[in-house]
Amino acid sequence: MTRMFASLGAKLAVFFIQVFDMYRYLVQCIREVRHLYLYRHQVIEQFYAVGVGSLPLVCLISAFSGMAVAIQMAYQMEAYVPDYMVGSIVVRSVVLVLSPILIGLVLAGRVGAGIASELGTMKVSEQVDALTSMAVDPVGYLMLPRILAGLVMVPILIIFSSFISISAGFIMSVVKMHITVDDFIKGMKLDFMIYDIFVGLVKSTVYGGVLTFVGSYMGLQTVGGAQGVGQSATSAVVVSSALILILDYFLTLALLY
Amino acid sequence: MMEKKESAIIFKNVHKSFGPLHVLQGLDLDIPFGQITTILGPSGCGKSVTLKHVIGILQADSGLIEVVGHDMSSIRQKELINLRKRIGVLFQSSALFDSMTVKENVAFGLRMHTKMTEAEISERVHVCLDAVKLADTEERMPVELSGGMRKRAALARAIAMSPDFILYDEPTTGLDPNTSNVVGEYILKLQDELDITSVVVTHDMPLTRRISDKVALLFKGKAVAQGTLDDIESSGNEAYQWFVDGRLG
Repeated sequence: MTRMFASLGAKLAVFFIQVFDMYRYLVQCIREVRHLYLYRHQVIEQFYAVGVGSLPLVCLISAFSGMAVAIQMAYQMEAYVPDYMVGSIVVRSVVLVLSPILIGLVLAGRVGAGIASELGTMKVSEQVDALTSMAVDPVGYLMLPRILAGLVMVPILIIFSSFISISAGFIMSVVKMHITVDDFIKGMKLDFMIYDIFVGLVKSTVYGGVLTFVGSYMGLQTVGGAQGVGQSATSAVVVSSALILILDYFLTLALLY
Repeated sequence: MMEKKESAIIFKNVHKSFGPLHVLQGLDLDIPFGQITTILGPSGCGKSVTLKHVIGILQADSGLIEVVGHDMSSIRQKELINLRKRIGVLFQSSALFDSMTVKENVAFGLRMHTKMTEAEISERVHVCLDAVKLADTEERMPVELSGGMRKRAALARAIAMSPDFILYDEPTTGLDPNTSNVVGEYILKLQDELDITSVVVTHDMPLTRRISDKVALLFKGKAVAQGTLDDIESSGNEAYQWFVDGRLG
């Protein structure tokens, strides 16, 4: 029993140390914003890598998820609600929930794991130490540009994703579910609110920051060799996915109620 | 060889642990200006850890470390950055940035810390790469270089900012005897041409014999012998004899 409590206490201590360490990195990152001009090339590179690099995957997933949502809604609602409601439900569910969460989770895998393994490899091959020895702060040079890219490019990707999902849902509804164009558009307009887009953008900005920060942090904490890099990538995906889902609850609660 | 005797780097009773592993156990070490000091010792005795304390990548748990008069335990961030600009480091794994070409690697410090124009940077990069006979590799990626070439490219990067100190972490590990000789030649050549202070961490005895002004033998986190190689050899130091015979560790 005592051993169990000791083990639990040790795990909690490690958890709180890690949370404090993450906070320290975050503060350091914010401090480095004043040297942003020095890191401008890395910022542009990361904007391209996170944004343009993820676009094909985001488009593909968004198109199929939009079509699936339209079919699901039409199937579930056909006996109870008029056809035009499909348009309304597709738009609101895509903008508020589906695109931010789905793309957030996909990017946690693609971008977060990529960042963790890239920085992890740099850490174990002494490239991070080389940066430090050359009087360049690894947090500013490696972490800050990636977080900025997440904060700016993830919302843009989610705007793309929403547009593609809705378009795909629209095409599927019209072609396959035989809902008329007028009905779908009527539904879209019915209870569409600009505030929904604001909520979707707030969520996606937070998720973008979370997945790039967690990926960078896990990468810079890597120890050991290939196994350590693998563990960092896995931890980055698991932690950022969990955080995205937990934060989604709180953001939805705070912004919609 | 240079005759300057003042200490550039001082370690006094330095302790450093990683969890249960007590790596430095009261290390006392003096590294004089303008000379090549070689830190010898078996694997895991704390040689690389010692170097990382010099550039502030690691902080000692206790004891004093002074680098050109700066107490590393209380050095301010700005002073530390300025100090690092004066130190070039050749890492054990070369640590070239693998997403950059050789030219970009060598130019990295110049781009980050100087206001040199691109033309001036290119000229400086060319001079540094030429000094290590790699002028024709500017546009190649690190992965396209052999182990010896990577070490030389990393050496070019280390000297690009015209440092006052160069720290070499196992410069010949993993290299064949010929390439090891070449790297040794470059260490001597740079020492003569640049009038710098060099610290070489190694367990390569032929290299130590060729280049060292001063030698320190580390064992179990302590310097068990310090002085010129001749002095240590003639003193009959037991630990040194064991190390040379391959029985220390």
